[in-house]
Amino acid sequence: MKLLSGIVCGFVGLLLLYGVSDPDDFPAWGDPNSPASTSPISEYFIQNTMKDSEVPNMVTSVLADYRGWDTMFETVVVFVAGIAIFAVIRSFDVDVGAVKKPKVREADLVLKHTVRLLIPVIQIFSLYVLGHGHGSPGGGFQGGVILGASFILVALVWDIETALKRFSEKQAIFCAGIGIFIYAGFGFLSIFFGAEFLNYGVLEPILPGIHSSAKARYIGMLIVEIGVMCTVASVLYLIYALLATRGRMQGGL
Amino acid sequence: MEEFIQSKFNYWIYVLLMMLGLWGMIAKNNMIKKLIGMSIFQTAIILFYVSVAVKTEESNIPILAHHGKEYSPKYADKLNKKYAEKHKGEGYGKDSGKSDSEDSSHEHGKKDASSEKVAKYPKTPIVDHYSNPLPHVLMLTAIVVGVATLGLALSITQKIYRHYGTLEEDELLKKVRAEDNG
Repeated sequence: MKLLSGIVCGFVGLLLLYGVSDPDDFPAWGDPNSPASTSPISEYFIQNTMKDSEVPNMVTSVLADYRGWDTMFETVVVFVAGIAIFAVIRSFDVDVGAVKKPKVREADLVLKHTVRLLIPVIQIFSLYVLGHGHGSPGGGFQGGVILGASFILVALVWDIETALKRFSEKQAIFCAGIGIFIYAGFGFLSIFFGAEFLNYGVLEPILPGIHSSAKARYIGMLIVEIGVMCTVASVLYLIYALLATRGRMQGGL
Repeated sequence: MEEFIQSKFNYWIYVLLMMLGLWGMIAKNNMIKKLIGMSIFQTAIILFYVSVAVKTEESNIPILAHHGKEYSPKYADKLNKKYAEKHKGEGYGKDSGKSDSEDSSHEHGKKDASSEKVAKYPKTPIVDHYSNPLPHVLMLTAIVVGVATLGLALSITQKIYRHYGTLEEDELLKKVRAEDNG
């Protein structure tokens, strides 16, 4: 069996190498004339991001504006994955399995106080990553992961009950839904102003202190990324809490 | 041959990683190891996409420097005024645009032709100076979705373990068949 799969892997690998070896089919490393880089789309993104949305980070402007539709459904995929994990693994029966409930242990002194100091910093940093995603690497997905990690840290150092006291299961699922609602709701809002779904440029009149459609896009992207952050943070926390406790939501690691 | 390896080493690494992942998925008996193989496979695809986005040596990350002020129409008037004041005594307006434009002007022929008046800003970013943003965007979302789907896969594995008491594929198949027959 191992031999057979080795042969399969070697054969597929050789085929792939043969495929990429042709200089006409695949561009060399760092070739500025590769088809992906010379396509008019990529050129448009680089040249017009400041004109269209005043966002210097092209990745953010492509993510949340030019390809906002795609990102919305990526967020929905994250949400659906979280709900599916809940559906697969959550058990409300306390006696399932032979695992007895572990004793509630007090966290280690050094660990406890270090984490107490760290968690606010991590959470503020996650907000920084979110807010600064327009001008530097960052954005909703990254900020959401960092925020989710701060809740997971609580669950790791104390136990899952302590974490659930601060951010309960119900709240996590609610927040995940709210994130999608913010994203899609903001998209629908632009329909009421006579534009396409997720075309934030027309929201200029209802956003306070905004005098150009480019700036309206800037703010629109921020709001959309906040929605993404809500979903990602709470889904990651939910995944950890469910997997670590075998769906029982108590005890755990 | 040497050139083929050197100029395409990103593909070599990507194929190597991908086959490693495929090997893990096919050959390994344990479900968790299969999932690890799947993750490596995913990473190979991410590496492939991101390495295609790379341009020349001088190309940078796809973020405009200094919050893109030089490229923004909003600051154009202000910067143009500043620029005109700075170059007052140098016969500004003929062809002085070259002196302090490191990354613009000389590559765009039409910019030189139209530099009679103050219209220096907003600049247009040179496409070759920034790596392609599109693969970065696609992979950014793919990573997070990959984590979420990996969590789903792990939860199903956990459910299987709770039901059958094993994660080895051959033992699992045996148990499933025994369950089917009786």
